[in-house]
Amino acid sequence: MTALVEVSDLSVRFVTREATVHAVNGVSFSVRPGEVLCILGESGSGKSVTLRAMMRLLPPRRTRIDGTIRIDGQDVLALDKRRLRELRGGLVSMIFQEPMTALDPVYTIGTQITETVMRHKGNGRSAARARALELLELVKIPEAERRLANYPHELSGGLRQRAMIAMALSCGPRLLLADEPTTALDATVQIQVLILLRRLQRELGMGTIFVTHDLGVASEIADRIAVMYAGRIVEEGPVADVLRAPMHPYTQGLLASTVHGQSRDGEIEAIPGSPPDMRRLPSGCAFAPRCIHAQPACRTTMPEPRWPSPDRMARCVRIDDAALVAAE
Amino acid sequence: MSDARDVGGPAQPLLIARDLAKHFQVRGGGRSAHVRAVDGVSFTLFKGETLGIVGESGCGKSTLARLLLHLVQRDAGELIFDGEPVGAPHGITVAGLRRHVQMVFQDSYSSLNPRMPVQDSVAFGPFVHGRSKPDARRVARDMLVKVGLNPDLFGPRYPHELSGGQKQRVNIARALAIEPRMVILDEAVSALDKSVEAQVLNLLRALKQQFNLTYLFISHDLNVVRYVSDRVLVMYLGRVVELGPSEAIFTRPQHPYTRALLGSRPSMDPRHRIEEPPITGDPPSPIDPPSGCRFHTRCPFAEAVCAERAPELGEWRERASHVAACHMLEPGSGHSRTVQ
Amino acid sequence: MSQTATLPIAGLNDDAPPALRVRGYWANVGHRLRHDPVTLCFAAVVLLIVLMAIFAPLLAPFDPYKESVVLRLKPFGYRGHTLGTDELGRDLLSRLIYGARSSLLMGLVPVCIATALGGTLGVIGGFAGRRVNAIIMRTMDVFYAFPSVLLAVAISGAMGGGMANGMAALALVFIPAMCRVAETATAQVRSLDFIEAARATGAGRLAIVRYHVLGNVLGPVFIYASSLVSVSILLASGLSFLGLGVKPPTPDWGLMLSTLRQSIYIVPLSCALPGAAIFVTSICFNLVSDGIRSAMDVRL
Ligand SMILES: Nc1ncnc2c1ncn2[C@@H]1O[C@H](COP(=O)(O)OP(=O)(O)OP(=O)(O)O)[C@@H](O)[C@H]1O
Ligand SMILES: Nc1ncnc2c1ncn2[C@@H]1O[C@H](COP(=O)(O)OP(=O)(O)OP(=O)(O)O)[C@@H](O)[C@H]1O
Ligand code: SF4
Ligand SMILES: [Mg+2]
Ligand SMILES: [Mg+2]
Repeated sequence: MTALVEVSDLSVRFVTREATVHAVNGVSFSVRPGEVLCILGESGSGKSVTLRAMMRLLPPRRTRIDGTIRIDGQDVLALDKRRLRELRGGLVSMIFQEPMTALDPVYTIGTQITETVMRHKGNGRSAARARALELLELVKIPEAERRLANYPHELSGGLRQRAMIAMALSCGPRLLLADEPTTALDATVQIQVLILLRRLQRELGMGTIFVTHDLGVASEIADRIAVMYAGRIVEEGPVADVLRAPMHPYTQGLLASTVHGQSRDGEIEAIPGSPPDMRRLPSGCAFAPRCIHAQPACRTTMPEPRWPSPDRMARCVRIDDAALVAAE
Repeated sequence: MSDARDVGGPAQPLLIARDLAKHFQVRGGGRSAHVRAVDGVSFTLFKGETLGIVGESGCGKSTLARLLLHLVQRDAGELIFDGEPVGAPHGITVAGLRRHVQMVFQDSYSSLNPRMPVQDSVAFGPFVHGRSKPDARRVARDMLVKVGLNPDLFGPRYPHELSGGQKQRVNIARALAIEPRMVILDEAVSALDKSVEAQVLNLLRALKQQFNLTYLFISHDLNVVRYVSDRVLVMYLGRVVELGPSEAIFTRPQHPYTRALLGSRPSMDPRHRIEEPPITGDPPSPIDPPSGCRFHTRCPFAEAVCAERAPELGEWRERASHVAACHMLEPGSGHSRTVQ
Repeated sequence: MSQTATLPIAGLNDDAPPALRVRGYWANVGHRLRHDPVTLCFAAVVLLIVLMAIFAPLLAPFDPYKESVVLRLKPFGYRGHTLGTDELGRDLLSRLIYGARSSLLMGLVPVCIATALGGTLGVIGGFAGRRVNAIIMRTMDVFYAFPSVLLAVAISGAMGGGMANGMAALALVFIPAMCRVAETATAQVRSLDFIEAARATGAGRLAIVRYHVLGNVLGPVFIYASSLVSVSILLASGLSFLGLGVKPPTPDWGLMLSTLRQSIYIVPLSCALPGAAIFVTSICFNLVSDGIRSAMDVRL
């Protein structure tokens, strides 16, 4: 099957008067139709910037983007304004962490979805309205008919997030970009939204890129995960394999330091130190200063991707030993 | 180890809260309404333990924490610190309470003065408690060392020059600088990255030992609460729904809400995903909360009696008691599933 | 305590990245200002004007008060009067140089008074309880309701002209606005967690205001005050123009504008000079204050 999304060697820098932020540094990945790729990483690792670059949502004047992004065969970085508009909201939709920023506070939910449908599909108002109702039912908003007349602030967090998902789905996108859509939700609501997203994605066959910093969320929704650190993908592979036998020391550390059923008697194995300053990245592997396995070679050059098995990638000089250690 | 500050002796609970309530008046749509943020919360905190408080957003965890420190005035209820009623004629004053109880906030950035070098932020507490400036500064530097920050390197910096984890360390140092006996940690690790969260949890653990502290640990992350707490208190819409030893709560939850909350944790195992959400719907607004049992709008076992009468939190006798407020656990409540 | 203080976590006390250079907030602002050529340029002009005012006796070629019937309204360059003379035969250049004194005074003094009084009221209003706040802010609102020009004219009219009264009038005009800015900034700071944390350490109100509130309110207040200077210069000129501010024969730009106005057809260029001086000064103050604002705004 050909890939729906193909990103290769994507780099994003923000140039300001004071410093240059190297937010994304040579990221490559691909997503097949109907597949969920989770981008996992800590705050500031460049997850959101990657997603925004794919929609060309970054401020053009201060941003330098290199590499190529192909979505459904189109070269996104070369699209003109009109084609870009068709791409956004048509072929590709995006949902955000904070729905209030994506929904317009002065229009009702119904109006907003109806307008979107009319604009992209050219339907008449009544047909679009019917579609809006259908969408709200699809995302399991109770009393959908009545909710159409609600303003965003009248909805609870979970309903708002669902309304945003409904809006994102209104034009039948083939690719859904989700930027931490459940992070701000309560535990009992988060799991509902995750299950909903999983079901919708499967039914509609959408390719999905799901950004999160939560291993648990990733394990609930991902087919494959890509672990990001300091603007690079350091490990990638099927979710079960990566979680069971992580290869990159960062992924291993992340797994060990995530609290889930550790014994109360011992300390948690934390990764020492803190993430690097994106304005002054070290020359070699960005994780080297915190890595217990680091060797002199790690500090001079960034290790090239290695593929211990056809569907797994990791960028670490020790990958052969690490794979051994993990396999034990 | 004997502590001169320990007035009541080891058996005396450090803090007893009885029927604490706080109702905020808010204006919504022209008429004024009451947010029942905390509505009759009672619990006992023993010396040297960690009590975890869990619950969803808006259930009143932070308000409870601020009530305990008198940062907001309580509308009803009673607070007893080490045997002395707080704010009562013969008890301990609010200022006295604040000498013994400190708090660490969730937002590590906004809880530090952006225009102050962090060592001065830490030194502020000892300074207002009567130490001279150089003396307070020295205490602050010692404290920074204790939380794992090099005072020469980090002390003179401003908050925006530190990472989230480092800022939270400073906040912890600030809270400990006046040598409190109890620390309230209000989502103190929630905003941190996982790898940093683990460091801070380890640090909190070490400091607790070293300074013989009692923690009130507020969080919405159940896994973390389980790791940290000796006992756990579960809140829903301003009320306590379940209270008991950590292991008991996590292995044998009694209240339907606690069960739902535990069941909502992502599985961490992609081969055994959660297929059905344990409960549906969102938590209702604390303005005009549901009648009777506040959980009845979402509870899979709700019956008529649940909407009529509020269930009592069972009788709490001693440290190891495990109690929950549900009609199903109350013999003779009229609920058809009542355990005999 | 039995244990010695071993560091609980390895690798934390590390030499770790001393990030970018460690600078204080104000050092940072200074650094940014130094790298902003536009602001530096206009600041230099402001400095020149201030120097000109201070050293007026040294710089002025003639006595600014010396009248002469024969030298009335002479054009540029007439007998050594580089910029000509005014309707009473006084040297215009000298009067412009001396005029900077009253203009600057009228620009700075009212703003300083308003900053001190309005700022204090605002901080009190922002930090005290609801009732005090209501009293202070509602009183300010009453003044706020009038257009500032009208208010300035009315007050100085009622107090009866003169430089001191003009300054007082302007200060009164600025106090409500200053108070509003300080109150907003204080209320904003007050809602932040670190104030709550300071309360929790047992600090009293005074200590909190002194150590935690003032430092954070000073920035916005200072920015606003610096932008008021140009407004004050303009308003003061307006008052003098109407005969309510500086009294003749004191050299003052607004006053000069007013009296030269009648001769606009005879010496049009001379007429424009005081106006240009007012314009340049206020623009420079404005741009400098803009520069300071943007330097103070950014937080790395
Ligand atoms: N518009 C911008 N201008 C300058 N720097 C930016 C901009 N947007 C993001 N950055 C920087 O780029 C880096 C990556 O940011 P990004 O938002 O992608 O992180 P993230 O992985 O999404 O983190 P989080 O989990 O906190 O959302 C950060 O260091 C951030 O400060
Ligand atoms: N000062 C206030 N005025 C009015 N309402 C308030 C105030 N403080 C809190 N509330 C309300 O009280 C309720 C409980 O708030 P609280 O902050 O205690 O919740 P929480 O459990 O800490 O939630 P979170 O997990 O989001 O921090 C909320 O509905 C909140 O909107
Ligand atoms: S009292 Fe009723 S509604 Fe409340 S938890 Fe028990 S069964 Fe559910
Ligand atoms: Mg992000
Ligand atoms: Mg809270």
